[in-house]
Amino acid sequence: MAEKKIRVVIAKPGLDGHDRGAKVVARALRDAGMEVIYTGLRQTPEQIVDTAIQEDADAIGISILSGAHAYYFSKIIGLLKERHAEDIIVFGGGVIPDADIPALLEMGAGAIFGPGTPTTVCAEWLEKAVAEKRAKETV
Amino acid sequence: MSKKENIPEILELKQAYEAQVAKTMEKRPERRKEFRTGGNIPLNRVYDPTDLEGLNYARDLGYPGRYPYTRGVQPTMYRGRLWTMRQYAGFGTAEESNERYRYLLSQGQTGLSVAFDLPTQIGYDSDHPMAQGECGKVGVAIDSLADMEILFDKIPLDKVSTSMTINAPASVLLAMYICVGEKQGVSMDKLSGTIQNDILKEYIARGTYIFPPKPSMRLITDIFEFCSNNVPKWNTISISGYHIREAGSTAAQEVAFTLADGIAYVEAAQKKGLDPNVFGQRLSFFFNAHNDFLEEVAKFRAARRMWGKIMKERFGVTDRKAQMLRFHTQTGGSTLTAQQPENNIVRVTMQALAAVLGGTQSLHTNSMDEALALPSEKSVGIALKTQQIIAYESGVADTIDPLAGSYVIESLTNKIQERAEEYISQIDNMGGMLIAIEKGYVQKHIQDSAYSYQKAVESGDAIVVGVNKFQIKEDHADMNLLKVDESVGERQVQKLKELREKRDNLKVKNTLENIRKAARDESVNLMPLILEAVRNYGTEGEICGVLREEFGEYTENIIL
Repeated sequence: MAEKKIRVVIAKPGLDGHDRGAKVVARALRDAGMEVIYTGLRQTPEQIVDTAIQEDADAIGISILSGAHAYYFSKIIGLLKERHAEDIIVFGGGVIPDADIPALLEMGAGAIFGPGTPTTVCAEWLEKAVAEKRAKETV
Repeated sequence: MSKKENIPEILELKQAYEAQVAKTMEKRPERRKEFRTGGNIPLNRVYDPTDLEGLNYARDLGYPGRYPYTRGVQPTMYRGRLWTMRQYAGFGTAEESNERYRYLLSQGQTGLSVAFDLPTQIGYDSDHPMAQGECGKVGVAIDSLADMEILFDKIPLDKVSTSMTINAPASVLLAMYICVGEKQGVSMDKLSGTIQNDILKEYIARGTYIFPPKPSMRLITDIFEFCSNNVPKWNTISISGYHIREAGSTAAQEVAFTLADGIAYVEAAQKKGLDPNVFGQRLSFFFNAHNDFLEEVAKFRAARRMWGKIMKERFGVTDRKAQMLRFHTQTGGSTLTAQQPENNIVRVTMQALAAVLGGTQSLHTNSMDEALALPSEKSVGIALKTQQIIAYESGVADTIDPLAGSYVIESLTNKIQERAEEYISQIDNMGGMLIAIEKGYVQKHIQDSAYSYQKAVESGDAIVVGVNKFQIKEDHADMNLLKVDESVGERQVQKLKELREKRDNLKVKNTLENIRKAARDESVNLMPLILEAVRNYGTEGEICGVLREEFGEYTENIIL
């Protein structure tokens, strides 16, 4: 069976306008062979979750540099649960203090990639995480 | 470049030198096949007078304070007065930020620079659903004049100059500042400071736009007109390359796109019937300072020379002040690393030095912990001291434009200008900056540069100490990072509730209706009406709300 391409939504929640990282990651994941949907700026958690469900995405990558990460991660993960779509992997990056990361992982984020992370690390992690997720689904 | 240089003699020497180089390289090749600046400009092994053969001192450099201003805009530069040390700051509530400002002033800072939170920058009150989770995060939350009064409490507005990073709702925040001045007994003609007010780079790179381009340009030119007549010491715009660079552009692109934005503003104001000799005096600029030291110094000099030429030749400006590119610099946020954050102090020092050698009028030095969180008071203190050490200990401020005449600096200054002029002429050919942005031309160039830089870092072609080389195992647990109180939003919501009970709501309603009517008539200047609404404690969200209804909202043209 031909491997289905990984589909990932790269999202910019809230009012933060820093989109360099999101766009670089989107492009790198695309170059790594994934199908990438970039949401653009100023997305509400509802819009992001809608997009991910409509696009049948395997994962949502959240980029936040405004300090509002705790709020948006919990909102998005909560909405996914509400909509029975918690199989969608959530990961993220941006300016997120180390001390805040355990809480985000606790909420259900799969990984947080800080500044300076090579995009290949992010792509490899995502490939593995999606493979595991799909393996679970076929069981 | 001087006629006295004997070029044939130099060439003879050069030939001998090159033979020697070839021999050395047989034994020991150079570290790289090719050397380039951060902005991808090829670098010669060594520069000599033959690289500057076309340079004409009188025409291309001249003297400080004189056209084409390559060497600086003031005749005495830092010998007369040092640059303004202006740290961008603000977080949480007006009370907390006021405290930070007074700390910075007590530490010898000479001007204020206000960071607003995102809801304020995008014209939402703190109780708007879109403001949730964002209040007080990247700056201070300001909803009404009541907050602004607290923000500048015990700060005499006739003594400090204040820069405000506010764009789409710039008129509203400027109006609030004017009203605080009135309450302190400082009339608006005595206020000095800057509003960023540069919407074009918001569409390109920074993201805090509200309205579509046309009404946005009107708001901006309304401010130009109002300030020319009423707030003559105010810089009505800070045309910003900073964010374009942070988004990934090269140094030459930073110059090109910033000046192209500048051209668009001048054209819009001319169309309104304003005289560039007048409003041109209050245009200011804002550049980045990144790590590639020589290229950065050259960049500032090139930008100044180019703007002088643009104003004089393209717009026929004769007033000297209106030909001058005066600029603020901030060190490069995106160059800071989360790894080994103390190294950032060194990066910031080099970048700040480049800005000073490039002749900046004011400077913000970033704090070492900014890749991790908002800066703590301690790290902001170190950043400010960095400027003071450059100013008072390094000696570089004591003679003007000290790197002028350096073969490599002059050569890079020319190269940056050449490349930037090429971009500007492409933009001209497309029909101007608004169209270039609409087509995604500018965004595409920036993103391509950002992506190729990322790839260079990942391949090890570009080295970032502590990130892809010389890494160490580390733990940031001992860093004392600033944490913004999550309850800022709730406190702001409460304040808003009380404000709406206390103020004369009928008056507010009338002033808002006046804004609505004026929004429909381009011949009316909106600024006095916004001032009236603000004075009566109409909130920012209410004023921008009316304008949103009348003007509509900009939607991003996603380029990937």
